Amino acid sequence: MQVTLLQQWVGVAAAMMLLVVFALLAQRHMHALLRWFALQGIVLALTSALVANVADVPELYISAILALILKGVLLPWMLWRIVINLGMHREVEPLVNVSVTLLIGAALVLFSFYVSLPIEKLSQLVTRNTIAIALACVLLSMLMMITRRKAITQVVGFLAMENALFFTATSTTYGMPLLVEIGVAFDVLIAALVFGLFFFQIRKTFDSLNLEDLEDRQ
Amino acid sequence: MSLWIWNLIEALLIIGMAPFTATLVKRLKARLQNRRGPPLLQGYRNLAKLFIKQPVLASQASWLFRAAPYVIFAATSLAAAIMPVILVATPLTSAADIIALVALLALARFFTALGAMDVGTAFGGMGASREMTFAALTEPALLMSIFVLSMVAHSTNMTAMIDIVLNTGLGLRPSLAFALAALGLVTIAETGRIPVDNPATHLELTMVHEAMILEYSGRYLALIEWANQIKLLLFATLILNLFFPWGMAGSPDPLYMVIAAVAWFGKLLVLFVLLALFETWMAKMRIFRVPEYLGLAFLLAILGMLTHYILEVGV
Repeated sequence: MQVTLLQQWVGVAAAMMLLVVFALLAQRHMHALLRWFALQGIVLALTSALVANVADVPELYISAILALILKGVLLPWMLWRIVINLGMHREVEPLVNVSVTLLIGAALVLFSFYVSLPIEKLSQLVTRNTIAIALACVLLSMLMMITRRKAITQVVGFLAMENALFFTATSTTYGMPLLVEIGVAFDVLIAALVFGLFFFQIRKTFDSLNLEDLEDRQ
Repeated sequence: MSLWIWNLIEALLIIGMAPFTATLVKRLKARLQNRRGPPLLQGYRNLAKLFIKQPVLASQASWLFRAAPYVIFAATSLAAAIMPVILVATPLTSAADIIALVALLALARFFTALGAMDVGTAFGGMGASREMTFAALTEPALLMSIFVLSMVAHSTNMTAMIDIVLNTGLGLRPSLAFALAALGLVTIAETGRIPVDNPATHLELTMVHEAMILEYSGRYLALIEWANQIKLLLFATLILNLFFPWGMAGSPDPLYMVIAAVAWFGKLLVLFVLLALFETWMAKMRIFRVPEYLGLAFLLAILGMLTHYILEVGV
């Protein structure tokens, strides 16, 4: 099968998604983390738009625009405001050392490649070879949630996972039905608002956003 | 037979031009920092001065200390001879593949560390231990990033690897971009450039390479410094010829050779300007951050390999 240039661009975009997730994992500073998170939203929108073009699925353009506005601008901006209001400028504190986390991440990519091989054989879509990368992005975001101490980095991990799921949907089935996608997008927006309230409540009650302190009070 | 002569010319070109290019980087860097920098022939003058001077040896220095510079220089020069510079297919390249090239550089490094530890000064031992710690991290990253390209070409032979980049429409391969980024990071670490090591001074406690050769003087020092300059040029050529081989001569026709040499030098100039910019832009990092930096290079190489399998093989 001849691979067109645009299809190769989809591959490049998928590789960029993977790189951005790794950058999120490796980040030490809160502000840089949020910048990478915004970049992830933009890359996600770009990937959706590319897939929409390659596979000729015009609905995906709408989800691309939705992703760009919501995940590339609005959510990072909200998190940014929360970080500023909470006065968190210090470094992100991972539970596991960064280099080890990255190596675990590389192993996760290998694992998801192995797992998704049979799925790729069944699929007929042009984006079938990005399924492994999409799955890897989901697992890596989950790894980020697990290995962080602060509530806010865990939330960034959660939102990154949502981005990765969106990407998975795009690469496995050319996206979810538009109605579902819009619904999920607004759910995430509301979730981010609720998280923001939670942060303030947690800090008011426990004087820190460090989740280990919550366990100590039991 | 004439191919062997071309191969010899290429090797001599790298060895002969190394002091010039090293001075060129210094001068570009100086220019970026509003200094004038050394004249372009300063590299040769320094080497000539060191060759004339009588070496001073520590009283405890064994034969190993005296033999090490020759081994280092010989191994690096041989590595330079393996590397196809202008001509794609040279006889030595078919005799030794890229793993041999990395092994020769490892041999040179091993003898640098041995020479450093031989006299038993604190600095030598410290530099050697640091160098070997970093080497344990750079070498896998270096090999991994090269293997990405060998997997694309299905060969570790450099001629085959260059051929595949030259002759087939590579298209957009994210794996090669990852491999190039990894190789760039490794090159900076291997040649002791700024975020990892500072080539301009031996007055820092964080020095690595300079700490190892602190005890050397005279012609021994000249050989080691020359070998180091060859290494810089060799790594630059490795990046250029493996990833951007356009312009290299396919046959030993003098006209093509001249064009290829000019193209090589032009690409080299661009790369060195980038290197000087990078060195001016970066600050030297803490020594304990270096493993993290090299871990990043290793990770990028692994990602290159995985994306090659995931995105490019199945299609």
